[in-house]
Amino acid sequence: MAEAAKVSLSPAQKKMMRERNWNKIKKDKWMYLLLLPGVLYFIIFKFAPMWGVLIAFKNYYAGIPFLNTPWVGFDNFIDFFKDSDFPRLLKNTLIISGMNLVFYFPLPILLALLMNEVKVKFYKNAVQTMVYVPHFVSMVVIASITFMLLKTPSMEGYTGGALFELIKQITGKQVNVLESPTSFYWVILFQAIWKETGWGTIIFLAALAGVDVEQYEAAIVDGANRFQQMIYITLPAIASTIVIMLILRMGSVLDTGFEQILLMQNDLNITNSETFDTYVYQIGRVQGNYGFSTAVGLFKSVVSIICIQSANFIARKLGQSSLF
Amino acid sequence: MRGLKRRSIGSIVADVIIYFLLAFFAVITVIPFVYVIAASFAPEYEILTRPLFIIPKTFTLDAYARIFDPNDYGLTVLRSLGVSVLVTAIGTITNLFFTTTMAYGLSRKSLKGRNFILNCVIFTMVFSGGMIPTFLIVKGLGMYNTYAALILPGAISAYNMIIVRNFFQELPSGLEEAAAIDGCTDIGIFLKIALPLSLPMLATFGLFYAVGHWNNYFGALLYLSDPMKYPFQLILRNIVMLSQETQNDPNALQPQETLKMAIIVIGTVPILCVYPFLQKHFAAGVMVGAIKG
Repeated sequence: MAEAAKVSLSPAQKKMMRERNWNKIKKDKWMYLLLLPGVLYFIIFKFAPMWGVLIAFKNYYAGIPFLNTPWVGFDNFIDFFKDSDFPRLLKNTLIISGMNLVFYFPLPILLALLMNEVKVKFYKNAVQTMVYVPHFVSMVVIASITFMLLKTPSMEGYTGGALFELIKQITGKQVNVLESPTSFYWVILFQAIWKETGWGTIIFLAALAGVDVEQYEAAIVDGANRFQQMIYITLPAIASTIVIMLILRMGSVLDTGFEQILLMQNDLNITNSETFDTYVYQIGRVQGNYGFSTAVGLFKSVVSIICIQSANFIARKLGQSSLF
Repeated sequence: MRGLKRRSIGSIVADVIIYFLLAFFAVITVIPFVYVIAASFAPEYEILTRPLFIIPKTFTLDAYARIFDPNDYGLTVLRSLGVSVLVTAIGTITNLFFTTTMAYGLSRKSLKGRNFILNCVIFTMVFSGGMIPTFLIVKGLGMYNTYAALILPGAISAYNMIIVRNFFQELPSGLEEAAAIDGCTDIGIFLKIALPLSLPMLATFGLFYAVGHWNNYFGALLYLSDPMKYPFQLILRNIVMLSQETQNDPNALQPQETLKMAIIVIGTVPILCVYPFLQKHFAAGVMVGAIKG
């Protein structure tokens, strides 16, 4: 009976529902107006380019009318994988990313642990103020200062940059670091350490601020020394943050600092300084081979999404809060 | 008691090491900036003979005089500074307009289609069309070689917008309801209640966007073809870094080292001026994002 009544009423109910929804939308009309600029922004500058990745399947160069370009299926991708550039790009990207993971990643954690031990507030603030500075300075300034510190003497008898002189003292050799492919990876690594280590501590300091002081007091009563307190209380408190940051890092394994690398690369170190991102710029914007360049970019995006999603999946499996 | 004493000695040694390590890292971090500032006030000869110093032996303003001399670098430097100031100002206002309107629109939980829009926004954080498709859209819209290309394609940072939306959601709803009863439209409530209540947050995100505009050089490299339109960061790169590559060419005219130092300083100083505010608010902002995001 009840079911029959429901069925018989349903057109009217549907109409009522539709009207109620319509009234709701009408009531919120000014909210939709407020949303309009933002929605248009996302459609034009974010979603239209997503549709634009279709040119990855075309043979599209700068200067040719778009409609006249032929569809070539996966040819651009196949060409890219066969290209001798591909293993080189993959190698450079993975080395830069891997070195970042091994050498840079632990540093903000260490620095945060050290800062956490400082009980003199003034000292802690002073250190924080100093180490956050490079984060806000532009990459151009960071790269420019690197140039000044590593430059070779312009003439016999003159001095080179401070770091050039330091390297000379240590190794006894005059190394033009800026133009050597082998040292490129290290320049990128040390720049990243200089620019972001301080700022990277913030997320860990935030986690440490939540640790209950009573835990330390209890540990002291139990006779734990400073080092033991760090191992058994401080470190576990930030363990989940460390895991999340590590997973995030793994997920963005193909992301190398694009602006940084573009600024530091030159004709002499190009064998080690070309990564996927700079290659997309070089082939697409500089050489005008839009289709091929977009294919490279799309390949990188898809692999990145797979990495991030698997990282997120692993985080969820481990019981950490997921990222998206 | 003995145990307590032994601990405290170990603790003091640990403290000495910790304080020293922190001071070391902090000094290493800032010394390159101090050196560049000092060198910008030093004569050319001093830079060529002393690898590192924090106080110049001879103090001179020659580099700055040349940088601002219209017959020397002055026109290029002043024009590009003007461009940067303008793009930063208009860009930041544009950012705040787009970010707050959308964030407020999405802050009403009962709004139809809200989740769909939000999910679309989050999707753009994971996947993007990439550099060339975006470039072609910007070009197709006739914005190539205009300042609009430096401002509109990055009008909203999805991440910032979501944080601002969270903030709007937590405003006390009583005020809004009272205003609605008084006959205020949603736009009126947004302008007269939500925005004034979130001024500190707007200042924070305004600074955030402004620093991004001031520091941006790649947008100009990608979208501007006319060197007369270049912003300061791109001029800075060209003077300091491209001149380095022609160093071995004896015919190329080399800018003096002091000039490079002074130009680097000018590119950095505005950031250092707002730095105290940045440090205070950014740290808080990142934590808010980390907790709620």
